[in-house]
Formats: sequence, structure tokens, C-alpha cells
Amino acid sequence: MRHEQAAAHAADGYARATGKTGVCVSTSGPGATNLVTGIATAYMDSVPIVALTGQVPTFLIGNDAFQEADITGITQPITKHNYLIQDAKELPRIVKEAFHIASTGRPGPVLIDLPKDVQNAEIDFYYPDKVELRGYKPTYKGNTQQIKRAAEEIANSCMPIIYAGGGVISSNASAELVELAETINAPVTTTLMGIGSIPTEHPLYVGMLGMHGSKYANYAIQESDLIIAVGARFDDRVTGKLESFAPNARVIHIDVDPAEISKNVKVHIPIVGDARQILKSLNKHIKRCNSEKWVEKIKQWKKEYPLTYKQMSPDVIMPQFVIEQISKACKDAIIVTEVGQHQMWAAQFFKYKEPRTFITSGGLGTMGYGFPAAIGAKVGKPDKTVINIAGDGSFQMNSQELATAVQNDIPVVSVILNNGYLGMVRQWQELFYDRRYSHTYIKGSVDFVKLAEAYGALGLRAEKPSEVRPAIEEAVRSGRPAVVEVIVECEANVYPMVPAGAAINEILDIEEHADTPCSMPDLRKVKVDGVLDLEEQ
Amino acid sequence: MKHTLAVLVENKSGVLSRVASLFSRRGYNIDSLAVGVTEDPEISRMTIVVQGDDQVLEQVTKQLNKLVDVIKVSDIGVDDTVERELALIKVSADVTARAEIIQIANIFRARIVDVAPKSITVEVTGDEGKIDAIEKLLRQFGIKEMVRTGKIALVRGPKKV
Repeated sequence: MRHEQAAAHAADGYARATGKTGVCVSTSGPGATNLVTGIATAYMDSVPIVALTGQVPTFLIGNDAFQEADITGITQPITKHNYLIQDAKELPRIVKEAFHIASTGRPGPVLIDLPKDVQNAEIDFYYPDKVELRGYKPTYKGNTQQIKRAAEEIANSCMPIIYAGGGVISSNASAELVELAETINAPVTTTLMGIGSIPTEHPLYVGMLGMHGSKYANYAIQESDLIIAVGARFDDRVTGKLESFAPNARVIHIDVDPAEISKNVKVHIPIVGDARQILKSLNKHIKRCNSEKWVEKIKQWKKEYPLTYKQMSPDVIMPQFVIEQISKACKDAIIVTEVGQHQMWAAQFFKYKEPRTFITSGGLGTMGYGFPAAIGAKVGKPDKTVINIAGDGSFQMNSQELATAVQNDIPVVSVILNNGYLGMVRQWQELFYDRRYSHTYIKGSVDFVKLAEAYGALGLRAEKPSEVRPAIEEAVRSGRPAVVEVIVECEANVYPMVPAGAAINEILDIEEHADTPCSMPDLRKVKVDGVLDLEEQ
Repeated sequence: MKHTLAVLVENKSGVLSRVASLFSRRGYNIDSLAVGVTEDPEISRMTIVVQGDDQVLEQVTKQLNKLVDVIKVSDIGVDDTVERELALIKVSADVTARAEIIQIANIFRARIVDVAPKSITVEVTGDEGKIDAIEKLLRQFGIKEMVRTGKIALVRGPKKV
């Protein structure tokens, strides 16, 4: 990789695509600190990676030596655990422990800091058979009594909803989740991280919930009498205003991390353990709920408030349209995203079929994540088409990795929805800050086709709706690392939207805001943040 | 509300910093923290007095348990415990005040551990209330310097944490 941050993201993308632990390596000091964003990203989304960093020799540690950084200190709050190896003899045990800790329980990143003298030392090799950590014993098997209580609770519910998060993906519990939903006849909503745990087109799926969730998912969770949360953590982007979240619902919470139980929302029946194992045993105790009316009501909501968008002017490419085209052209692709509007559209408009096909930075929201993560995903799953859906802002944060993709022949396709803005922030500025577009206007700063070509990748551009699908297909067909720049409507917004701090059924939707004109042409001609518009020049 | 946590941890470098940074990062307030090795030289015991309601305590306990180097966390505030804190208090004392200070120290079963022409250092152990009380009495003479260890505690009877 060309930048250590990208290496950490690539390890992360590899881990999410394959379920195996990803590894990244960097040198000491600046190399190690550059990993930090990638490690924090993996930590927030519970992704198993092991980061190996160089360190100055043990006798120089603490001396402010050249390229010394206290990386174990720096990464303490963003790793599941970390090690500074003081003696080469500890190396085999620590490596074994690191992979064990990263990949078990609630997965997460582990860092091993390797001083130069430790790296160069020779030891008699042994590899321990077992890991013995008295302070680390994750629970996998759910408490049988609690599982029975949950089954009773489900049997008594008329308006149940299953709320699935990233834990379902990381414990490979999708089949069990779908079985639960179908057996009890309950709608399923997922978090951003849980997308793919049930097929988008499954009749019981109501889409993502929360800030940019579907209206019907938010209405459903608000009205439900029982929430079955699986591997999800009631994040603020999901619950909105906590006091008014799902006021009538009892809560069953299945999670491998006991610290997530009742952290944000009061849980009535906690079941700590591995989602897959728990769902397997829960599924033996359940039967169909009396939920016909409820499911029917949700069907009506789906018809009444579909996820949709309006063509803002005749010839312009709507960003949502691009996602639909990708969905049609690359049905079985792994979709990786950067962070921002395009990420939400990718979550809303692509039809996912299976787990580990939607890879995105959820918790930390790391722009620049997508492209290197896509490289990692492609290395892990070379037979899959891997598409990085990007914004023009995010892509520029790790575009140097085009060099890595070309050099190592990793044919990842990046589709850049170029709207000339940091669109998500612009949307907030439009809706909540009186259209003061501060520091979000970035139009004309780069020609992405030329950028791709400069690195030896394929560069394509689509400027009309009819050009979108052929460009995507050509890029995929080329078998080369490729960039497809799509010039999209510059002021499209992500709807539905629950404003931060509002209850999740207080939803702004396209009806109220779609007629917003592509405004402020005067602003685009003036110098914004020191950047001159190319047209003006 | 105050809670007393007994936390058994691996006796390794860096563990204190992991525990302390967990508290600051999650916004929990530590009243006091005392740490030392236990009967097993590989295990250290931290006694942490923390402020917060039951929900905060639950989160603190769970988050501590997530640290790989933390072996066990027990809330011993609910048990019948022996609690002690030690303080060293250096009091301004000329010849005229010396006798009265020694008298106060005797009442509290404290010990005089250093006498100089213009100061006396008192060593006192006891629970928090006792130390607060002697501190209050000695304040009138002028406390030049004071250091407290923070609370340590054991559950009474044969029970271990």
C-alpha cells in the first residue's frame, strides 16, 4: 500500500469480506500513527485485524528516539488489546494471543508493537497450543433460562420486530436470523452494519432503520411491542431521541458483549453470547406469532412510503439512479463504500443478497475507507466483483492506492458519484444551517478520469443517464482497476432523514424537500474556500 | 453515590494506565484509586472508589471486565468490609502548639513520625471519616502538606473477592 492508513483499511476490508482476521504492517513512529484511523475504524465496527508496528530498539524506548511513538499508549482506547514486546521469547505466545483476542468474542483490532532488536533477535521457536488468558473468557452459549423466557415473550407478542446489527454478520448468523423471522412472522430491520444479514428483497425485510432508514422501518420499530435486537447496539443514529424510542416495546437483546446490554436502552431480557448459537437454540423454542395484522400494516406502510427519489431535472443523473444501475449490472458484487451521501444511497438502493457483500465504515464514519477496503476485499474474495461506491470527497482521501491496485493487478472498480460537494455535510448545511455552504464546495478540484489514467488504471466518465450502465459494465469487463466518474445532480439529498436529536418517527422526507431547486448558482461562481471554479477560470 | 470496587488485575506494566484511561475516556469519576500487589505476585489489586448511580456502576464494571488484563471486578461496597486509608499530615508547629497537636494525635491513635523545630508530621490510619476529622482539627494549626493513600478494603470473614 502507499499509505499506512490504507493498509489498515485493506486489512479491515479483507476481514469483513472473508470473516478471517486481516493483518497490516507498518514501521514505527509516523508509520504507526498513520494506522490509527484504520484501527479506530475497525474498533468501532468490531472487525478482527492484527496490526504489527515497528518500534525503536528496547534500549531507546522512552528516549524520544528517531521515529519513536508510543503507539501502544496511543491505540489503547481503540484496540481490543495491544502489546509492546519487550523480549523476543514472548513473541510466539503474544502472536497467538493477538489473533485469538482479535477474532473471538466481540471481534476487534489488536496491535503488536515490535522493537527493532526484538525483530532481529533469534529464538528457539515454539508455538503454544492453547491460549491461556484468565482475564479473557468470552461467553458464547446463551443462558438457557433466558432463551426460554425470550421464547415466551415472543409467543405473547403481536407486533414483534427483529432489529439486526453487525453482530449477525460477524457471527455468521444470517440463516438463523431469517429462520427466526419466518417462523415467528416478524419484520426485520437492520442497522447499516447489519445490511446483508437478510436479503433486501425478502418480504419480511423493512430496510435500514434510524437517521436515514426507511420510513416504514422507523414506524415499525416505534409501534412495535417487542424488539428482538441481535448483535446491535442501539447507537444514537439508530434510536434518535432515546426518551421517545419505541415507547411500548419490550426488549430482548442478544449480544456477545455484556457491556452493550442496557447501555443505551433498557433491556428486559438480555442474552449474552454468540448470536448464531443463541438463535439456533432460540429457534427450537419458538412458534408463529399472532402478527398477521401487524405484518399487513407494515406492508401498507411499505406501499405508502416507499424508498424513492425524484428526477430533479430531465437530463441530470440522479445519484440514486447510479446505485440502481450498479445493482442491476453487478447483482452479486461486494459493495464497499466511502462515507457520506453515496454511502446512504448505497445502503438504500442496492439489492443485497447475502452477508459480507456490503462493507462500510459505520461507527467511525471514515472517509477514505472504501477504496483501500475494497482492495482488501478483492484480495480476500478474488472471484467476486468488488465495487467501491465513492463520493468525490472521500475518494480523494486515499486515491493514491490506485498505484497499489495497478501494481498488484487488483481489479477493483470505483464508481465516484461526483457532485462537487462534500454532500452529506452540505445537506446538513442546507437543512439546518441556512444554506451556508462552508468548506463543502470542492468542485473542479480534480479530473478523475485523468487521475485514474495517470496511475495506469482505466478511467471512464458518465455525464448522461444513458451512459451510466455501459460505463459500469465496461469497467467491470475490463478486468483492470478502474474509476468510473459519474457526474451527478449536485444538490440531491438523502431522504428520509431524521434530524439529529429528534425521535425516529419525526422524519423529513422527499415530499417536503424534493422541490428544492439546484440553488445558489452565484455561490458556485465565486471563490469559495480559496478554490476558484474552473468554469470561471 | 459512592461505590468501592476491588479489581484484580495482571501485575504487568501498563495495566494501571489501561484502567485509568478507561475511566477518563468513558467519563467516569474516580474518587480514589489504590493499587498494590496481592498474595499472588502475578496479581495486583486495585481498590477504586467511584461516584455514580447503579447504571454507571454497571457500565464501569462491564467495561473493566472487557480489559484483557482485568481478572475480576467486585463491588465490595455492599459487603461488610474493613476499610482503611492512611494519611501523612505535616502540620505547622512551633513549641507552643506542639503539645496540643500531640494530644490530638493521641486521641485519634495517630502517630508522630517526624518532629522538626517548626513542623510535626502525623501518620494516621482509619476510614475516610476519621481522617477527615483529624484533618479538620489540625487545620487550625496550618497544614503545610498532606498526602492520602486512598481507600483499601477487604471483605470481613473468610470470603474472598
